[in-house]
Amino acid sequence: MEPFAPVRRSKDGQPIRYLVVDDSVFARKNLARIIETFGGQLAGEAGDGMTAITEYERTTPDIVLMDITMPQMEGIEAAEKIVKQHPEARIVMVSSVGYQENIVAALQRGARHFVQKPVKPEVLYEVIKYVLGEDGTVAQAAGAGA
Amino acid sequence: MELIQPFINAADAVLAQGLQCPMAMGSLSMDEEAYRRKGVAALISLTGDIEGRIIFDLDAETALRVASRLAGAELPESDELIKETVCELANQVAGNAITALNDQGFRFRVHPPALHTSEHGTQSSEDTEALVMCFETNVGNVFMNIALRYNRNHELAAAGA
Repeated sequence: MEPFAPVRRSKDGQPIRYLVVDDSVFARKNLARIIETFGGQLAGEAGDGMTAITEYERTTPDIVLMDITMPQMEGIEAAEKIVKQHPEARIVMVSSVGYQENIVAALQRGARHFVQKPVKPEVLYEVIKYVLGEDGTVAQAAGAGA
Repeated sequence: MELIQPFINAADAVLAQGLQCPMAMGSLSMDEEAYRRKGVAALISLTGDIEGRIIFDLDAETALRVASRLAGAELPESDELIKETVCELANQVAGNAITALNDQGFRFRVHPPALHTSEHGTQSSEDTEALVMCFETNVGNVFMNIALRYNRNHELAAAGA
């Protein structure tokens, strides 16, 4: 997987911290690997919506990557609960179920964006930059400009 | 067949993108006998306007090669990893197919994938299309078994609404 120009927090130049929520361990590991190529850091993981809420409180990540179909509590409901408590939360839904109703429901309940699985790293990278807006800065890649 | 085609298209797209290799459609047949599991299998249930299930089935060696290809690195053999890979593959194919069917006006819910441990499964019946198809990839064969039907209760409820 090709590395991307690292995205950093504008305020302190630190790596973006991610909370990855998916009931599939395989999907979580895959996302963690992609995040690494963005220069990001894995702040925490959760396998369901309930755990996502407690992990958000514990880790206060910059970005949450949230699956939709999960046991116990689904991603859209978890996103709504997190945003209710933390309106500044940046949640990107990452799901294979990408029909319009689902996307609209997620956005209405507080998610900032949607990426369909299988995840294309270049698509997720652009979405992350968009969602971070001015709070994210693309750092010069090592060796760039040489 | 209108219920099945989106799943074939989704499997084609997900496998081709994930494995980054050419893929060929192998055998396609009505599963007249009760389904017999071939390797590690994941089952996804659908409820709503359409109901039924999809089973993804790979032998362990193929699942490991698929996992390594998806991860972009050689992964060590582990039962858990193999099960996770098959479930995630099923999840992605079902999700993409459901997106297409939803755009056609069907409304239903997809349930999280579960390991299908039974040796046998549902066979075709009068109102359930059960098809088994094989996708041939350069990391091995991936089998998809689909048994879906229109939910008449949902249709009647919609008509009476």
